[in-house]
Amino acid sequence: MKYVDEFRDRAVAIALAERIKKTVRWPWTIMEVCGGQTHAIVRFGLDSLLPPSLSLVHGPGCPVCVTSVSLIDQAVCLASLPRAIFCSFGDMLRVPGSHGDLFGVKAAGGDVRIIYSPLDALELARKNPDREVVCFAVGFETTAPAWAMAVTQAKQAGIANFSLLIAHVLVPPAMEAILSSPQNRIQGFLAAGHVCTVMGYEEYEVIAQRYRVPIVVTGFEPLDVLEGVAMLVSQLEERRVAVENQYVRSVSREGNRQARAIVDEVFEPATRAWRGIGEIPASGLRLKSVYSPYDAELKFQRELAQLAEGKEDPECRSGLVLQGLLKPPDCPAFGIRCTPEQPLGAPMVSSEGACAAYYRYRSHATA
Amino acid sequence: MTVNNKSFESACPLPISGKQTIQLAHGGGGRLMQELIQDVFLRAFQNPMLAPLHDGATWPMENEMLAFTTDSYVVRPLFFPGGDIGSLAVNGTINDLAMCGAKPLCLSAGFILEEGLSMDVLQRVVHSMAEAARAACVPIVTGDTKVVDRGKGDEVFINTSGVGVVPAGVHVLPTLIQPGDAILVSGDLGSHGVAVLSVREGLTFDGDVESDSAPLHRIVADLIESDIEIHCLRDLTRGGLANVLNELAMAAKVGMAVEEPTIPVREPVRGACELLGLDPLYVANEGRFVAMVPASQAETALTTMRRHEASRRAAHIGVVTDRDPSMVVLRTVVGTHRVLDLLSGEQLPRIC
Repeated sequence: MKYVDEFRDRAVAIALAERIKKTVRWPWTIMEVCGGQTHAIVRFGLDSLLPPSLSLVHGPGCPVCVTSVSLIDQAVCLASLPRAIFCSFGDMLRVPGSHGDLFGVKAAGGDVRIIYSPLDALELARKNPDREVVCFAVGFETTAPAWAMAVTQAKQAGIANFSLLIAHVLVPPAMEAILSSPQNRIQGFLAAGHVCTVMGYEEYEVIAQRYRVPIVVTGFEPLDVLEGVAMLVSQLEERRVAVENQYVRSVSREGNRQARAIVDEVFEPATRAWRGIGEIPASGLRLKSVYSPYDAELKFQRELAQLAEGKEDPECRSGLVLQGLLKPPDCPAFGIRCTPEQPLGAPMVSSEGACAAYYRYRSHATA
Repeated sequence: MTVNNKSFESACPLPISGKQTIQLAHGGGGRLMQELIQDVFLRAFQNPMLAPLHDGATWPMENEMLAFTTDSYVVRPLFFPGGDIGSLAVNGTINDLAMCGAKPLCLSAGFILEEGLSMDVLQRVVHSMAEAARAACVPIVTGDTKVVDRGKGDEVFINTSGVGVVPAGVHVLPTLIQPGDAILVSGDLGSHGVAVLSVREGLTFDGDVESDSAPLHRIVADLIESDIEIHCLRDLTRGGLANVLNELAMAAKVGMAVEEPTIPVREPVRGACELLGLDPLYVANEGRFVAMVPASQAETALTTMRRHEASRRAAHIGVVTDRDPSMVVLRTVVGTHRVLDLLSGEQLPRIC
């Protein structure tokens, strides 16, 4: 298949792996930021092609995984309202809150729907004027433009029965939180190609210089990841610090100007709590006041006020996994008390979660 | 085995994976469904004929064996490119019999109709069933109809059961799978699941994707007549190739080594799956099966299969091993190895 097979070529993969082996002289710890990259690494066994002195650490770039338990509880509460049609992307439905997940709401009779595009949710609101369409707006910078588009269209069309429960998060503040931690051991980043397709990588140049850490904007196919690693390792060995772009077929330095403009028009940065990590200032998005009628947290303030503070399962170490401080198989609960059927935390059930990747592709191999 | 929406009193109810209610994933063909079958149905119904958990039950007659199977169809939308619930209900049950090595004799048809269903829709479904039954030369000989209140069904649910005869000397069972057996698939994967998804969700993809729904009994009969020593057959319905290989590896306590580059998947199906974050190896098929045969007969079996339209793209995708019992290991396109695991429930489209 065009634009896929070229980036899964076995001979080129082996040549890139050889190049990495020849370049590496010191042990390095590097983090791939995005869960999509984690899955490519584990699904294609790319880490097995790399020298053992190179340690790949999985980052926080799984939006489903980092959504706080309190927000999941809010989603469960809103989805259970009698007049609600609750719209979510598919892999959010299995994530456990304090008292069950969205699949559980659906099984109990709630109208929970999987959508593929925010505009589909808006269409639902248009067709069901007597219902309240509430959307779980989850994602990094990648999905924010589409939600912004839906909100502006709702405003233009005067659609009032449409609102967003916003769980949007931003990548750069999370990278800075990791780099500022006293326990940090990350020496270089593979930045998330799709986030940078929207946002560009100017923000990353500041981070690279502030923390003296090389960054390579990287794609998601096996050859993308291997080439990204090769570029990062060259920088590390040569003691260079720069932001380089491996994913040139999708990413430019300034990103997608139109997409950035609509995000700026609709959203503003806000403090956001990350699952297992805690609050990070300016690490999330919220609707600007002119769009606040579409904010589900305000619209359903009364219903949500009854909720107690969300509680994470104390046994779940997802905070450590998401910061790259623990590999999933090293978690004592992994595969024993935490499985996709009975997850303790979101990384075990999200399609981009690191624990899910290891469970699906590695659990038996390591048993 | 399918779960209906009526209350079910088990003799010894057990919580399944801590879930107190039935969820969609319990019908998804993955690990949750296996647990449901093991912990609820098998516990209540256990008997030697049910125990092999094959596509149908068989029991010995004088020379031959009688095969019996049942399946329920709840697809939405009722009509999709390449088929509809009617043809699916006929072909699916014929295929379950074929997977026992049986020649299908006849089918039953049970309808659960929702009050308000258009008579025209019912006529189209029934006509399609009649056509499929005629084309396969397997008559529908008995039936039943129930109508439920509006809102208590989803237009039409169909159950079909089938009876067939397994020729003398033919034994097709997961437990007969041997290390060294060749693993063959009868054609390209994922078309049915993608075709249904594309209509249900209003998604359009480059190139037409039609369901692969087809009766497979003539291909199986041809394999038997060609003296292929078939060890096991299984149709690749819910959960797709990956879940089926896992079930068979567990049942036969063998390992399976599969070569990803040899697994046929058509371009539009691959494209749709890449876009949605789905793995075609887990997507449902309705006219594809996997066959385990002795390695020495693999080429003959492939040639035989390729004589039939529905198995024109049959391929040799791997080998049964005595390493890693109960595990399926995939050699990826980049040459590395990974486990091909049983999914928990259904695949869900990703966020970005």
